[in-house]
Amino acid sequence: MDTTRRRVLQLLGLSAAAMAAPPVLDALASGPAPVAEPRIGTPPEFLIAKQWALVIDTRQFHSEADVEPLVKACHSVHNVPHMTEPRWEIKWIWGTEYKHAFSGTASNRFVSESVEHRPFLVLCNHCENPPCVRACPTKATFKRPQDGIVMMDFHRCIGCRFCMAACPFGARSFNYTDPRPFLKTTNKQFPTRMKGVVEKCNFCVERLAEGKMPACVEASKGKLAFGDLFDPASKVRELLKTNYTIRRKVNLGTEPAVYYIV
Amino acid sequence: MNDKKWIVTGLVVFLVIVLFPFWFNRGKAVPPPEVKLADKAKAAKECVLSRDYMRSEHMRVLDLWRETVVRQAQRTFTNPQGKEFVMSLSNTCLDCHSNKADFCDKCHNFASVRPYCWDCHIDNPKEKS
Repeated sequence: MDTTRRRVLQLLGLSAAAMAAPPVLDALASGPAPVAEPRIGTPPEFLIAKQWALVIDTRQFHSEADVEPLVKACHSVHNVPHMTEPRWEIKWIWGTEYKHAFSGTASNRFVSESVEHRPFLVLCNHCENPPCVRACPTKATFKRPQDGIVMMDFHRCIGCRFCMAACPFGARSFNYTDPRPFLKTTNKQFPTRMKGVVEKCNFCVERLAEGKMPACVEASKGKLAFGDLFDPASKVRELLKTNYTIRRKVNLGTEPAVYYIV
Repeated sequence: MNDKKWIVTGLVVFLVIVLFPFWFNRGKAVPPPEVKLADKAKAAKECVLSRDYMRSEHMRVLDLWRETVVRQAQRTFTNPQGKEFVMSLSNTCLDCHSNKADFCDKCHNFASVRPYCWDCHIDNPKEKS
């Protein structure tokens, strides 16, 4: 052995210095002057809430004719096609009877005639505890933390339809075929969908971002109210305070955010 | 080593076949496409970010935009010059670049990339239907 203790210590010291050098050199070397970073943000008119909710005054809906304009407003804004083949049907919002909307709920077997026959507007409930979100394997559907909207990211949807099986309200539709040929008119500001993705009501996120109310609420002329469920001063809370309301399938614990005044 | 002539012939035939596309197409390189700018894009001069960056990295910008708009609920983009844009492929990008066939498709076809943006996004939002 011709290595001395002195030599080993020298080598150790040198390697320690070599390891410490790069960060020091990096700090000393002044790069180009920093360029302003692009910034990302929200427009000032963006409507925010803790949990958006919809209150539907069903007492003001008497026949299909009252439902029709609301459905049309929604479907034309969002490029929802009208499918001729019933198995391919795509819907974001539609009217149905009490017995279908509230089946399986702990409600009375015999209800008043007016309730039994009036149309109930049904759509995605934007549940506080959404089962579809838990079912989605790609997180294509998710609950937006900013305002509680259950959103679809069509870019990520792989069309497995687990969410459709998980949703107890049948609020989701699947594109079995390319929807574009079935669109009579197109809203060019909003994308269409493609074959193989699931779609549903999005509570008009694109309109909320512009400070507008959802299309159905705007078309309802006061029959629908939209607001923050957790804001005690909001319009929906005011209506919930002064009216008796029911929700769909509360016994399942999904906490729907769509309330019906009966 | 009796089969030497067969092996050599085989190798030559093999090389000729494999290299056929190269010598057949020699000197016939397709020129890179000339991208045509729409009038509005020409008038604006500057895109969202610098031209060179957009030329090579526009897909990254679009990916960031879709992620932040859809998943993070943020919709405005302020560039280093302080100009604000709504992050939207159809309503912002294609508002200026309204000539998809001459602008997007030309390069994409040349580079043989097939983005599926247009399966859903509408290619010319201002066009009268």
